[in-house]
Amino acid sequence: MRYLCLLVGDPDMAAPVPGTPEFAQMLSEYESATQAMAADGVLVDSGPLQPPPAAATLRVRGGEPLVTDGPFAELKEQIGGYYVLDCADLDEALRRAATIPAARYGAIEVRPLMVVPGQA
Amino acid sequence: MTSPAEIVFRREWGRAVAIVARLTGDLGLAEDAVQEALAAAVGRWSGGPLPSDPAGWLIAVAKNSALDRLRREARRPGKERDAMLRLSQRDSPHPPGRIADDRLRLIFACCHPALDPGIRVALTLRALCGLTTAEIARSFLVSEATLAQRLVRAKRKIRDAGIPFRIPGDDELPERAGGVLRVVYLVFTEGHRAAAGPRVIRDELCDEAIRLARLLAGLCPEDPEVLGLLALLLLTDARRGARAGERLVLLEEQDRSLWDRAMIDEGTRVLDRATRLRCPGPYQLQAAIAACHAAAEHPGATDWAEISALYAALARREPTLVVQANRAVAVAMAEGPAAGLAILDELREDSQGRRWHLLHACRADLLRQLGRTAEAGEAYRTALALDPPPAEREFLAGRLASIESRVP
Repeated sequence: MRYLCLLVGDPDMAAPVPGTPEFAQMLSEYESATQAMAADGVLVDSGPLQPPPAAATLRVRGGEPLVTDGPFAELKEQIGGYYVLDCADLDEALRRAATIPAARYGAIEVRPLMVVPGQA
Repeated sequence: MTSPAEIVFRREWGRAVAIVARLTGDLGLAEDAVQEALAAAVGRWSGGPLPSDPAGWLIAVAKNSALDRLRREARRPGKERDAMLRLSQRDSPHPPGRIADDRLRLIFACCHPALDPGIRVALTLRALCGLTTAEIARSFLVSEATLAQRLVRAKRKIRDAGIPFRIPGDDELPERAGGVLRVVYLVFTEGHRAAAGPRVIRDELCDEAIRLARLLAGLCPEDPEVLGLLALLLLTDARRGARAGERLVLLEEQDRSLWDRAMIDEGTRVLDRATRLRCPGPYQLQAAIAACHAAAEHPGATDWAEISALYAALARREPTLVVQANRAVAVAMAEGPAAGLAILDELREDSQGRRWHLLHACRADLLRQLGRTAEAGEAYRTALALDPPPAEREFLAGRLASIESRVP
């Protein structure tokens, strides 16, 4: 089964600041966690996201595209990245997600992907 | 109303559901399939002698029913194909694990932390213990429709989120065991308290809870609270024979020769093992209280001072209404009814306490002992108005009648 892990930052928690040794340490933890998932054949895709102001939101209404600035919803918590994992079950997905540093500085929402008929 | 065939087959419900759920990963499907098999079994075997292996028969028919359902639906080809393959295998191999018990796997799924804590007990009672939605709804005081909907939602989540039917590995076990202990305890309580439902099913809930507690103790032999729970259930259940007859028999009035001595000995040994691990917790404290009762040859020999100290320790960890009320009763026994009544009167301030029939029943009893008959009568009437279960209702009505007959 595939799971989308959304990395959600917690504005009330102090996360390492770029340029500090702690930040470098966190990056290397991301790298080793991601590499381990890739090596075990669990990792489908992953990546960090640019901050919400970089987003554009699109709606098509009456055939016309409507584009607005920013994310579709302004949340206090920001989604900072994602992983798509292919795991045997929820427990494995949760175990893998726990190795992602974001779990310590915020939260990770683990959401199963829907299985669509026709896909094996 | 319940036929012998139904009793025999119903006993195998949990095992059959657990096996089909493991093979399909779909608890809702498993329950439907076993329900169908159960109906077929009652139809076919109610008249004559039962098959030599009722469990085997039920499981085989349930597996076929599940297979039929999957073929009919065939909505999610990939996963369903795997499940169909597993179901059609004659002898499905057990996945590796220290204890290959499907019911233990099922309970870990029903108690998964990704499920709403409020639905886990109901889910376990339905899936593992075979209680009907109506029975569970009655005992949780919720509407059957609401409960049914919440159960369906939880089962769908188990399937769609891929919550596994497996026993967690050693690293996850300590954190996952707590939730399971709570549910096993509540399954036991459900069977133990004199609520609605046929006696035979109630007894089976207690048996099932003890069986699960034993399995957990085998899984976590060094976890003091797991051992504490097993000890608690054994020491409490040892009183079963003396507790329920035509009416509820209070602890002090029980014929202690009817207590199951072997069970008490086992419970005491398990509690000793837990205590030696030197990490007390709520289940061990409750087991220690039950052990105090079990050690007293007659009610007068009960060490109430020790019991009230244990309740005080328990109340520090779990300051719930039930624990506080029990502490009040123990204090009343150790220091006199007035001391106990003072604690109960405080609890009566609590809005939940005001609506709890047992609190008023306990107050009534202490007031009666203090000779405050009119107030005692009032408290008995308040307790009766709060709709206690039938056995308790009868007891309270009897007490009320006896004090009223003494009033000139």
